[in-house]
Formats: sequence, C-alpha cells, structure tokens
Amino acid sequence: MNYNQKFDEYKLDFVKHRKKYFIVSLVLIVAGIISLLTMGLNLGVDFKSGTRVQVQIGKTFQEDEVKQIVEKTGLKTGSVTTAGDKKDMAVIQFAEPIHKDEFAKLTKAVQDKYGKNISLQESTVNPIISRELARSAVYSILIASVFIVLYITIRFEFRFAFSSILALLHNVFLVITIFSLFQIEVDLPFIAGILTIVGYSIHDNIIIFDRIRDNLKHAKLKSTQDIEDLVNYSIGQTLARSINTVLTVVICALALYIFGGESIRNFMLALIIGLIFGAYSSIFIASQIWVSWRERDFKKQKKVA
Amino acid sequence: MIKWSRIVTLLIITAVIFGTVAMTGKKVAMNTTLGLDLRGGFEILYEVAPLDPKQKATKQTLQDAVHALESRVNVLGVSEPEIQAEGENRIRVRLAGVTDQQKARDLIGKPAKLTFRDAQGKILMDGGDLAENGAQGAFDQYQRPIVSLKFKDPKKFADVTQKYIGKPMAIYLDQELITAPTIQSVIPNGVAQIDGQKSIEEAKNLAAILNAGALPVQMKEVFSTSVGAKLGQEALHSGVEAGLIGTAIVLVFMMVYYRMPGVIACITLVAYIYLLMLMQNLMHATLTLPGIAAFILGIGMAVDANIIMYERIKEELRSGKSYLSAMRAGSKRSLSTILDANVTSIIGAIVLFWFGSSSIRGFAITLILSILVSLVTAVAGSRLLLNLAVRSNLFNKPGYYGVKERDIREL
Repeated sequence: MNYNQKFDEYKLDFVKHRKKYFIVSLVLIVAGIISLLTMGLNLGVDFKSGTRVQVQIGKTFQEDEVKQIVEKTGLKTGSVTTAGDKKDMAVIQFAEPIHKDEFAKLTKAVQDKYGKNISLQESTVNPIISRELARSAVYSILIASVFIVLYITIRFEFRFAFSSILALLHNVFLVITIFSLFQIEVDLPFIAGILTIVGYSIHDNIIIFDRIRDNLKHAKLKSTQDIEDLVNYSIGQTLARSINTVLTVVICALALYIFGGESIRNFMLALIIGLIFGAYSSIFIASQIWVSWRERDFKKQKKVA
Repeated sequence: MIKWSRIVTLLIITAVIFGTVAMTGKKVAMNTTLGLDLRGGFEILYEVAPLDPKQKATKQTLQDAVHALESRVNVLGVSEPEIQAEGENRIRVRLAGVTDQQKARDLIGKPAKLTFRDAQGKILMDGGDLAENGAQGAFDQYQRPIVSLKFKDPKKFADVTQKYIGKPMAIYLDQELITAPTIQSVIPNGVAQIDGQKSIEEAKNLAAILNAGALPVQMKEVFSTSVGAKLGQEALHSGVEAGLIGTAIVLVFMMVYYRMPGVIACITLVAYIYLLMLMQNLMHATLTLPGIAAFILGIGMAVDANIIMYERIKEELRSGKSYLSAMRAGSKRSLSTILDANVTSIIGAIVLFWFGSSSIRGFAITLILSILVSLVTAVAGSRLLLNLAVRSNLFNKPGYYGVKERDIREL
C-alpha cells in the first residue's frame, strides 16, 4: 500500500502558486520601504517630543474656536482635530512640550468657554524618553524572535523556526507599511499591538507546522511532489481552524475598534491588520517558504545519494 | 442507552459555574483595581539629578527621593499612590482617582528647594542641612501649633543664629517665602521652630513639605499623562461594552458552528472570564485599557484552544471513529498543538513585560494570566464537560458535532 495515498487527497492546491504569493508580499514590502523612506510614519507624541491634550467637550464644537482659546493662553498649537464617536472631543497637539502651569491655564480657559463639565487628558513626552521607547520596542521584537526561534527549533526544527520568523517579520513590517501608507498615527499602544501580532502570528504558524510535523511521521517522501501533497493536505486539514480562529479574534478586535473608545482605536486597527496578515502569511508565506526550502534540501540529498 | 447520571453531573457543574458567576460576579468586577486611564488620575515620570552637578546620583539618593515623594503624596491623602524608582535616575508617580489634579501636580512637581536666608536674601543654609525627617508638626508650650526643625550639624546652626541674633531669618521653599521668624537667641542644640501656623494640620503639611524639600535632588518632569475622571469612566464603559458585544458574537458563533461542543465552549468561556477577573483581583493587578484589550484577546486565545480541539474531534469523527474515541483522540492530539502555540505567545508576553513600561506591562500581565487561565478552562474544563456529555450517550448523532453524515468514512 502506498503510504502517501492519504496525503494525495486535498481540495485546494496552496503550494502550486507559491511564487505568486512571494511576489505579492515582495511588492508590498517594496511599497512599504518606499513609503517609509518618503512619507515615514505619522508619529504621535509618544514618539516625539510634545504634548497632546484631549478635551472631552460633550457637545459639538468648532475646531477654530478651540484654536482661538489655545492661542489666547499664549500657546502655539500644532493642530486641533475632532475625535470621538459623537465628534465631541478635541485633540490639541503641541510640537513643544507644554509646562504644567500652562496646562493649568489651558484647562481654565477651556472650562471658561465650555463649562466645568469637560474632561481633559494630557500627555507630554520628552524626546529622550520617546526614543528610548521606540528602541526598546525594536529590541523587544528582536529578542522575542530569538527566543521563539530557539523554542521552535527545540520543539520542531530550524526550518520551521526560520520560516515562522520570516513570516512574523513580514507581518510586522506590513502592518507598519499600512500605517505609513495611510499615515495613521503611531502611538505607544501601537507597539503593544505589534507585539501582540508577534505572539499571534507565531500562534498561527505553529498550528500548521504542528500538523505538517505530525503528518511527516506517517509519510515517506519519495519526490518533491510528496512534500507538496503533504503540505497541501496539512493546510487543508487546519484550514477550518485557521479561518474560524481569525474570525473570532477579529470579531473581538473589531468590537473593540468600533465601541472601545478613542484611546485604543489605533491599537486595535494594528491588531486587526496584523491578524489578517498573520492568517494569510501562515498559509501563504511561512508554509511556502518551508516547502521551497525542504524541496531544495531534498534535491541536494538526492544528488548526494 | 442514555446515562442520566452523567447528564445530571454536567448540569450540576454548569449550574455551579453560572450560580457562582451570578452571585459573586458583580462583587468580583467591582473589586477590580482600575488603572488611571479608566478612572482618571495622572502619571508623571521624573528625571532625578543631584542639586550639585558635580555629585552623582546614587541608588540611595533615588530611594530618598522616592520617600520624599511619598511623604508629599501623603499630604494629599491620595489612596494607593504608586511611586517607583526606575532605572538609574527616574521616578514614576502614578496617582489614580485624584480629583484635584492641579493641586496634586503642583505639590508633587514642586522641586521644593528649601533655603534659609537673611534679610538681604543671602542663602545661609539649605534643605541639605536639615536632618532627615527633621521637620515635625507639633505644639509649643502654649499649645500653639508649630513646626519643629532639627539640623544635621548643630554647630553650623549655632554659628548662624549667633551671627544673626535679633534679626529675621526667612525660610523659603523655592522662591516662596513661608515664614520669617526672628532669631531670639543662639540655638546650640540644632533645634529650631517655626510658629504662626493656624492649625496642627497646617503645621504637619508644612513639615512634610520641608522634609521633602530637604532632599538634595532636582526633579524634572520628562513624561506625563493625565486623564480626566469623566474621560476615564467613559473609556471603561466603552471598553467593557465593546468586550461584551465581542464576546456575545463569539459565543453565538461557537454554538452555531460547533453545536454541542460549542455550547460547552460557552460554559467554559464564562468560567474563563470569571476566573481571570478573580485572578486579577487576587494579584492586585491594575486593570488598564490595554489590559481590557488583552482580556478580550485572551478570550480569542481561549476560543482558539476550543476550536483546535473541536476541529480535531470533527476530523476523528469523519474518519469513522466512535464518539468516545473521537473525543479522546481529538483532545489528546490537540493538546501539544495548543501548548506549543501558547508557549510561544507567553514568550512574546514575557519579553513585552521585560521591556515595556507602565500600561504595556499591564497588558503583558493580563495576556500571560489569560493564557494560563485559558489552559485550565478551555483545555481541562472543556475536556471534562465534553467527556461527560459524550459518555451520557445523549448526543450520539453527528449533527450534534457539526459533522455531516455523508462525510463520515468507513474505518
């Protein structure tokens, strides 16, 4: 009986078009590099010096009106924007950090205009601190990657580990790309979002790799076609899980994005984009890198033999 | 044959879970410590430098500064202030639920350099000369409130009092004149007093400020964030609301897609949410907005564990196995997958905790906790309940598991 007979049955051929997926991702990555070089990221105050004041006014207002109030207190506004579900929140950005006395003055001025019932939120960051934050975020991702590679290498093999990390960096970079392309503000919670994506995209990869590893135990690989069949079969087996999990987590994240309030909106957006890329890359990138790599090693072995 | 005893056990366990949640859930929820982004308050990061630029800040000066800040905050009567030394030269102050933000920021943010000056404004002594905790609110012999001061070097103070006897000596906190008592006599023992306080509270407040001002450091605000109480409440409200909506949709999805096991997933998810809140309380962890996000992502992880297990069980059923052995094989085989996937997520969360600051740390803790709790509820709990349900023989139809009859192969 043919050992591999079982693995020949699959409905969808994921492996066949793998070069196309690589090209799509490469194009996106190149677009990201260009976008980052030309437009960069729209950094919030968390990453550059300055102050961000958020005022809950509780009714609709004119941006110009707020601007005038700020100017009256002798401060220079960077920008005033409207936010919130009911468009009743003003976000005032200052390029220079404002002093706490100035904040007190501003609070009073806004209260004089809109009544005592308003609520203010302020955050000020010094450039040294923000650079530190950005640096520690990059370190976190690299360090987490190293540990994850170690773990997967021990539990699986190096090829799986390396493919996972490539897919992971691919996901993280594409989320940053989207934020750069659409100039969405990058703040501190964005970092938390990116780091969660790291955890989740590994999560997705592991599920498929675990199944490939499992099926490998019962397979005899005689040709590269056997490898491809096996991967297609494994992806097909885990497909329902991949889709359903992303669906449920995205539902939760979407609920938070829509109803969760202003301060976690960007965090959730990063997460949703990352989750979708994570599910995509676990099937179309990580697994395909592994297939290509495995086939190359297989051919080498054949030659030696 | 249907085994009713198993059904009854299953129902009792379910009833106990829902009963506990219904009876104590509200209390547990109310006991959660909310972060300042959820109830208002503020956080300031100070950079500490010695007054004398030639000196280097040591761990000790940093610790002293923390104590000084604590005493200042105590003056405010803030509950649960968080004051931590960070790294070499930083102090993070977190005050949640402060209503009078302005007063608090003023008091804490004050560099409060204490000086003793003569009539011409020449500085004779400064806060560094004051003994540690040398200022105290007390009463004099006529029961009038005073602040008593104790100096490190009695001789220096004796010399100063001798030189300026009969003249006023002004006490300044920064540029603000606090009092200018006249030196009545030479004071040899290094103990002085400031009178003219209206009440003992006022004397005690001044003493606390003086003690804090006696610290030979300069503090610079390098980061601050404040949240108005109303904004905080709104954030909490919308975060919880969003969580409920997301969870409800997920529960419905699970029941529709996975049928009987999906219902069990819902029961364990309720237990999961309750246990996670309970753990947070027991650990006195502070729930922040990113924490709520981690909480809800944790629900995703817990659901994922269930989905992995149920998909595996469905596969086993399709391959023609009996209900019991499909469940056994499915839950056994899915375990290593779930473990591997969760361990990598925990690794990510630990790194996050290590490098992150404040609210990101809260997020990481909640994420780690939620993965651990989900292993208990979504893996162990789900297995136990599913076992009871399958062994009861009540659900011996593929439809109960979301499997179509025609997909089942002969073994």
